[in-house]
Formats: sequence, C-alpha cells, structure tokens
Amino acid sequence: MGKGKVWNSFEEAVADIKDGDTLVVGGFGLCGIPEKSIAALVQRGTKDLTVISNNCGVDDWGLGLLLANKQIKKMIASYVGENKIFEQQFLSGELEVELTPQGTLAERLRAGGAGIPGFYTATGVGTPIAEGKEEKVFDGKEYILEKGIVADFALVKAWKADKLGNLVFKKTSRNFNPLAAMAGKITIAEVEEIVEVGELDPDHIHTPGVFVQRVLLGGTYEKRIERLTVKKGDA
Amino acid sequence: MADTRQRIVNRAVKEIQNGMNVNLGIGIPTLVANAIPSDYDVLLQSENGLLGIGPYPVEDAVDPDLINAGKETVTAVPGASFFDSAESFAMIRGGHIDLAILGGMEVSETGDLANWMIPGKMVKGMGGAMDLVVGAKRVVVVMEHVNKNGESKIKKQCELPLTGKGVVHRLITDLAVFDFTDEGMQLIELAEGVTLEEVKEKTAASFSVSLNG
Repeated sequence: MGKGKVWNSFEEAVADIKDGDTLVVGGFGLCGIPEKSIAALVQRGTKDLTVISNNCGVDDWGLGLLLANKQIKKMIASYVGENKIFEQQFLSGELEVELTPQGTLAERLRAGGAGIPGFYTATGVGTPIAEGKEEKVFDGKEYILEKGIVADFALVKAWKADKLGNLVFKKTSRNFNPLAAMAGKITIAEVEEIVEVGELDPDHIHTPGVFVQRVLLGGTYEKRIERLTVKKGDA
Repeated sequence: MADTRQRIVNRAVKEIQNGMNVNLGIGIPTLVANAIPSDYDVLLQSENGLLGIGPYPVEDAVDPDLINAGKETVTAVPGASFFDSAESFAMIRGGHIDLAILGGMEVSETGDLANWMIPGKMVKGMGGAMDLVVGAKRVVVVMEHVNKNGESKIKKQCELPLTGKGVVHRLITDLAVFDFTDEGMQLIELAEGVTLEEVKEKTAASFSVSLNG
C-alpha cells in the first residue's frame, strides 16, 4: 500500500483554498474543531471566506482566530454568542451573518453532500427564519424549504483515520464533522492517529474514505475546554 | 431568586416520566436533571450528539471530547450513544424525543415562544431551540412569571421574534402552571401560597381557569 491520501504538510494541504472560497468546518463549540487546518489558514491569510460552522469559536481560539485576522466575509452558523470580535464585526457591517437553526444546518450539510438540493422542514415556521422561503403544506402542517449546502472545501477533525481516509470519531467530538466531510468538494481531515489500511474494523468506520480527499496527522491537540464543569466532593 | 428557580425546578421534574427520552435546555432546565428520581430509566439527550448524559465528571475524568450542548464537560451513562448532528436532529425533528424542557423570554396565550433574540442587542443565535420546539413530542417551557421590572412575560402576543408558533404544550412559572389547548390557555395549577388574584394581576395573556381540587 502506498501513501494513499496522506499529506504531510498542513501548509500545502490548505494552499489551494482561494480568497472568496466557501468552507464548511466541523466542530461544536471548541469540541472536535480542526485546530491545525485553522492555524494553517491563519498563517496563509486566505481572505473573504464564507465559513459554515455551527459556532465561530471564541475570541482567541478556533474560528475566532480567522475572524480576528479578518479573513471571514460571511458566516453561516446557529449560535455565535461566545465571541466579542464577532459582535463587533457584525455590528459594524464588516461581517455578513446568516443564522440557521442547528438541526437545519446539519441537514443542509447532509443534504448537500447527499445530492439533495433542498428539503422541507417545520423548523422556523412562523419565525424570522421563514422570511423569503417557500412554504408548503403536507398533511395539513406547514413547512419551509431549506437548501442543501455544498462547499469548496471541508475542514474536519477525527480521532483516527486510515491512509484511505476512513474516519473514526471520538465521543461528542463527532458532531458536525461527518456532515462537513460529506458537504465538501475537497475534504481535509486532520486526525490524532493514522493507521494502516485494514487496521480499522469496517463495521466501526463512521465516515467512509470516499468523502475524504486529504488526511493529515495533527500530532498534539490543545483541545481547549469552553466550560470546565466537575463533580465536587465524592470522587 | 434561588428560591424561585428551585420552585420551578421542583415542579418541572414532575413532567418527566420513567422511560422517557428528554432534552433539557440551558439554564433552569439543566437544573431539572439533578431532581430526576434515581430509580428512573430516563435518557437525557444533548443536541451535539449524546443520548444518555451523565453527571459532571470528577476532575481526573474530564474529557474535552465529551461535552453537552451548553459546552460543559459531562460524562455518559451506561447505555448512552454518540452520533452526529444530523442524526441528533433526526431524533428531535422526527418526534423521537418525548419531552423538551426549555427556558423562555416570552410566551403568548396561543403558545408561541420567544427565547432566542432581543433586537437591538447582540444576537446570539437560536442553536437547536427552533428544531426542538417543532420536533419534540411535548414542549414544556419553564420561566419566571414576571421580568426584573415586574412585567408579565406571558403576553397576548410575543413582542420578541419567535422561536416557534403555537408550539408550547405547558408553561411552568414560579407562580402557576398553564396548558395550551384547542380551547386556549388554561390555568391548571397555582404554586403553594399563590392566589388566583395574584396570577391574574401578573399575567398579560387571557386564560381560563381549570384548577382541580
């Protein structure tokens, strides 16, 4: 077996992401975010990006780094409450924002990756989210049309990969990552461990390698915790 | 204040029946978890991809890859499962979650809920709330009856942008419990020591009274 989809340099792996491209980025809060690819993009300074991700990091970590460096033109997210720079750029009009309900965002990515251009959902009916969207009644109940998302690139973080890009995630760091992988025309997956082809049990693969074009070993991960909560007393 | 919240929590936990799959929102709803009887088989769902949330971990067991929807470090109970966000919302939107308990900013007499945005102030986003209110089999809102200025949070019509229209089944406040039915909003319980007059005075919405006993 050759080197498969394994790349050695994050710098090279993100080099063909162009100014103005659309990126879908996995993670929920700071959990399961592609730390190394984000760092490489910050380094490279690619601008005017449209970023689709559930959240936008915090001021000094995750996608917040791209924001602080003014590399993001538009953000599609469901919750952005943890980021002051976001607030400043949004209020000053520098940053365009499309808020999308979390389940709708997940399904838009899944649909885009699955070749489904749109779908109807009851989520958001009668709210500001429904404005300008086609409405349709099924069995007496109202739904709105939401569109699938396909992005130029996807940046995802998994626990393990084999050299063919088959991915396994750990606990709740899976979140949006498998959907991001599906929605990217080119998916860059960074992982904590790369194993030989055949070492992963095919029954345990969460994302088949067909959705992944580049695999990189991330090495040591910072994995910042947003809200450390512990049980006190009895251990 | 702490007393008010505890009163709401104590009443809200009675909504949870043995065997249910339940989603608890951030804030007062999260506190309900601690009050669930220990002999119940209840699985708590977290939108980010966990069915079977456990208690907070002891310090040695903290895992940054295991958090709840409030981004807090948690544990998983025996029998828990992990999944991606699309599957998580398939559970929610597909009606597989028995009960969602959410916080509220305003509730209208027709069961509209507003809890995600205050125009002119920072917009944080709706997260999973809009999916939960249309998808869960039963939606219970818990909130303080009046705001800090003493004004009713239960309105004829919501003034804030909606999270969902006609989605609330039951509202639990520190003063009373209301149901939203085809016949409109009904007062079904008064909290201990609270009079009907007080509830009427502090509620801007119209409601009928259907108190048992």
